[in-house]
Amino acid sequence: MNNPIRTSDGELLSVKLKKAESNKRNIAFLLVMPLLLFILVAYILPISQMLQRSVDNTQMNSLLSETYKVIQDWNGEELPPEEVTKVFYNELKYLAENKLHGKIAVRLNYEKGGFSSLIKKTVRKLDSFDENENILDQFIKVHKRWADIDYWLALKRATVPYHFRKYLASFDMIQDFDGSIKRLEEKKRINVTLWLRTIFVALGVTFCCFLLAYPIAYLLSVLPTRYSNILMICVLLPFWTSLLVRTSSWMVLLQTQGVLNDILVSLNLVSDDNRLELMYNMTGTFIAMTQILLPFMVLPLFSVMKTIQPSLMKAATSMGSTPFNAFRKIYFPLTYPGISAGSILVFVLAIGYYITPALVGGSKGTLISNRIAYHMQSTLDWSYATAMATILLVAVLIVYYIYNKVVGIDNMRLG
Amino acid sequence: MALPKYTETRYRIWHYSFLIICTSVFIFLIAPLFVIIPLSFNAEQYIHFSKGMIALDPDAFSLRWYEDMIYGTKNPWGIAVRNSFYFAFFSTIGATALGTLAALGLSSRYMPYKSLIMSILISPMIIPLIISGSAIFFSLAKVGLASTFIGVVMAHIILGTPFVVITVTATLSGFDDSITRAASSLGSTPTNTFFKITLPLIFPGIISGALFAFVTSFDEIVVILFVAGGERSLTTIPLQMWTGLREQLSPTIMAVATCLIIMSTLILITTELLRRRTERIRGITPR
Repeated sequence: MNNPIRTSDGELLSVKLKKAESNKRNIAFLLVMPLLLFILVAYILPISQMLQRSVDNTQMNSLLSETYKVIQDWNGEELPPEEVTKVFYNELKYLAENKLHGKIAVRLNYEKGGFSSLIKKTVRKLDSFDENENILDQFIKVHKRWADIDYWLALKRATVPYHFRKYLASFDMIQDFDGSIKRLEEKKRINVTLWLRTIFVALGVTFCCFLLAYPIAYLLSVLPTRYSNILMICVLLPFWTSLLVRTSSWMVLLQTQGVLNDILVSLNLVSDDNRLELMYNMTGTFIAMTQILLPFMVLPLFSVMKTIQPSLMKAATSMGSTPFNAFRKIYFPLTYPGISAGSILVFVLAIGYYITPALVGGSKGTLISNRIAYHMQSTLDWSYATAMATILLVAVLIVYYIYNKVVGIDNMRLG
Repeated sequence: MALPKYTETRYRIWHYSFLIICTSVFIFLIAPLFVIIPLSFNAEQYIHFSKGMIALDPDAFSLRWYEDMIYGTKNPWGIAVRNSFYFAFFSTIGATALGTLAALGLSSRYMPYKSLIMSILISPMIIPLIISGSAIFFSLAKVGLASTFIGVVMAHIILGTPFVVITVTATLSGFDDSITRAASSLGSTPTNTFFKITLPLIFPGIISGALFAFVTSFDEIVVILFVAGGERSLTTIPLQMWTGLREQLSPTIMAVATCLIIMSTLILITTELLRRRTERIRGITPR
């Protein structure tokens, strides 16, 4: 080709095409920009900042910055040398003068019980210290706990700028002063139970949704449109109805004086003083969540089943397959995309559920989200709450990643 | 689903048990909603079907809980309803505008990093609300917007945009590019083409995305729990229901719930009409 094609204004066509394409790319990018920036600044950034709180110990670190520098060099095998105690004494004195010692007292008490009172007692006696004498001996004279090496080890550990103890605590584990990680005593293990329960409920609800959704999605896909449209209302009306309305309707149904128990009693299936405990336990959470999340399973299944040719099954049976075999070998594999889309969606929504377990679950049916909210709002131990939130987020993001690989975000359909 | 005459007995049994299973699942889905409606007309204070209600005695029914909802003492529902509509209205406008623009960009063939950007934009829908709620609260508190009207609207825009992006992208994926090319080749300007050709075609998608954003904001409870921070002037219907449900199940809540069910029925009808319109425009005839 000696004569490259040119446009009417004499430019090379390939150049002009590149220009037009880059122009279109810029326009597309400009259109996406406002929302992308908004989500990044107002959503993704806050989440990452919040998650930093889970490892953040910089406040403590800055209050005792000098102590941190010297105590890290101490080997921790015998009581700290004079240079360490002296620096700590000076900083403690400075904090006491500025009334900041309360903060470190609380934080140190997390590491080792009894530290709070130890600090307070020491601060009261600080004036009587003679700076020319041995500081450690004077500390011990104020309180004999200062002779216990564990308190100094706790101080060493509490002053690092970043720590992972909340992550360990999220799994009911604790790090000993010798660095070994051990589990909490049996009756204090709350979190592991909650994690297991959350995973169990999420998986169980997903499976139940699948079992219940499969037949009705099939029925909806084979019925003539005018019938299936009417039945579709049963799926779509709950889908569009407020979560709190649906949760409160389950409360009405499930409570001991509720409608279900009334029916069972009037049918003489259950005696009046022996009513079933359906609410404020796992049963309630499970039933309510299954009904609430069911539409998210039905809709993807339905849209996949709608595209399956009925002639495939007929061909299989006409060639001698039993209907069950035809279903197992032909129809079921064709619905895999719908099953995976629905299951992943339901699982992701179920694992982070908060409202329904909080209202219907009582103390035995709450999930990890409720625990996070509890630490956020009641104990105000934000680093604990965010450590658990991070673990939950990682779990969700892994599932989200799988969803993206298997189904593809672009194929997500609603309603 | 009529069975042919030659069907064997065991398949007949299987067929009817299948229908029974389906019916029970449909009942499981829809019955909880319908239990609420008669209970909201209960004349008594307890939430159960009284003997009079079962006997359809007119005296057992009353509108007193609806009166209580509207005229009750220290009535919180008035503010809640007003707030809910305000928040939903403003966040719908914001989410629809931002989401539609982004969807238009994302549907372009020339858009780079499409799937990465898409997964970022969808993330508010996937990430557990408890995490979103606390993170948004901390960031709003930093700039002094926690417990303010603007703060709540911003939070709801974040939560609503994924739905708009998904629905509008879905509408655009069936969009035939040659129509806009035809318009341009006939001398239409890009702006003109957009408003005269593209917009009317994707309009049903935008509306259904907007509906999603509206409902998301209107039903939202977890994030507003954090963002409103107990500020009574920012209460919404879900927040008020949440407070009520934590204390005790009152018949007034049943009345509110009934109103919300009526509203969701209206939304359902709207989406159905929109779906039919899209199918008609696209020339897809229902089977």
